[in-house]
Amino acid sequence: MNRDSEPRGSMALTALVAVALQLIPLPALIAPARPAFVVLAVVYWSLVAPRAGGIALGFFSGLAIDVFRGAVLGQFSLATSLVAYLTIRQHLMLRNKPIFEQTLFVALMLLVWEAVAWAIDGWTGQSAAGWTRWLHILTGALTWPVIAVLLGRTHTPR
Amino acid sequence: MAVYTSGQNRSRPQRGSIPGLRFALFAFLSVALMFLDQRGGWLERVRYGLQAAAYPLQLAMNSPSAAWNWTHRIFEARANLQAENRRLRDTNRRLELQTLRYAALERENAQLRGLRRMLPGVAEQWLPGEVIGVESSNLRQRMTIGRGAVNGVFKAQAVISDGGLLGQTLRVGPWSTEVILISDPEHAVPVQIARNGLRTIAVGTGDISAVTLPYLPIQSDVRAGDLLVTSGLGGVFPAGYPVAKVASVRRDGSSPLAQVQATPLARLDRDRLVAFVWFKAGHPAAPAPAADATTGGSPDARPLAVPLPVPVPVPVPPAAAATTEPAPTPDATSAATSPAAEPAPEPAPEPVAPSTTPEAPR
Repeated sequence: MNRDSEPRGSMALTALVAVALQLIPLPALIAPARPAFVVLAVVYWSLVAPRAGGIALGFFSGLAIDVFRGAVLGQFSLATSLVAYLTIRQHLMLRNKPIFEQTLFVALMLLVWEAVAWAIDGWTGQSAAGWTRWLHILTGALTWPVIAVLLGRTHTPR
Repeated sequence: MAVYTSGQNRSRPQRGSIPGLRFALFAFLSVALMFLDQRGGWLERVRYGLQAAAYPLQLAMNSPSAAWNWTHRIFEARANLQAENRRLRDTNRRLELQTLRYAALERENAQLRGLRRMLPGVAEQWLPGEVIGVESSNLRQRMTIGRGAVNGVFKAQAVISDGGLLGQTLRVGPWSTEVILISDPEHAVPVQIARNGLRTIAVGTGDISAVTLPYLPIQSDVRAGDLLVTSGLGGVFPAGYPVAKVASVRRDGSSPLAQVQATPLARLDRDRLVAFVWFKAGHPAAPAPAADATTGGSPDARPLAVPLPVPVPVPVPPAAAATTEPAPTPDATSAATSPAAEPAPEPAPEPVAPSTTPEAPR
């Protein structure tokens, strides 16, 4: 808490990289298994720096996804800021938990994220069928330990 | 770590201590955005700006594949190039022959229409553009092309590639444009079977290699291998562009509709170069204006499926059907525009009406 300043620069940079990773064209075969990097980044920063505006970060990176994917504006921004909010609410409890429990929580967040997007797809009359859209929850949860270690190297949480 | 150096935390001590309020704010903002985006399209301008902001990032994201293509091209073996050159020369020769034949057909066709001169092509202007982003899932089949409003691209414009029809523009940014492919589940294109002129609608499936014809009755005359061309209805695409080839027809007694799958002729997942097309408004094969002029060629053109607005008899011989389709306004518009295009020898427009009928059979 008594840090000199919040890591806003790193947050913006990682969010940008995450959005790019989220949207780089991949072959159709493996594209559904691509982890939702944006959610992982937002969860991470909400855990590490809960006062640095993770909800705003979630909103704007979600908005970027909306624009790039041509989704309904607000769809992924709502989902991502909800994930940030839930994580910030739980950050004290989660921070000192072993990585396995964190991974479970991340899987839950990914599920929430996709469920919100799915519900909005349904309400706005887009076709929302297909089970492959849920596939990334698994891969995303498996990616979490790697991400946590990688980002933790560059920025040591107190 | 140092304490209070920037004082940023001091100035706003409340920051973050009320995440619920902040979330409520952003959630409200999201919902408002969704509402505005869904109703009335008030956010067109906002999207335009956002798309402009997104363009550099999109270019950056495409750069790995672009760099790969570039190095691939640089180091391509000489033998490959020679083989390709030979192949291209062959193709070119064949195409030239075809063009000659096409020109002859076109002339003959123009004569058949009683115009006694070649009709100008239906396309007025082409603009090639490169694919800079692909969104391919079973929910969305979209492409981003590196051309935008500054190049004159407009909404609901036809986009084609060398194989056939690709799709239409959906959201136009200043430098980039989102194109909805014909395989997108929300896209429907009015088509016609080239063999017999039967009109129907081809709807995307979400699978990049398939479109479906869901509105054909079970007894309709369609078989595998049939070529589907655009019918010119709907106000976006001109008549006679190849769209897809029928891959399979299934008729089972349980449904009154035949289940017809077709394969798009444009290689939707492989083309890197596409073309935006502008059409001559008065041309007989130009897109017929849509019933609802405000939505223009909105991707959901499905209401047009049921009533066929123009009761044109289709006695077209199968060969001619691919190039010419009896557009809703066959002679009126062409007779009106053609004297303007060619100044000289045609008699004045007034005597045309009585004189065309005796001239036509000649």
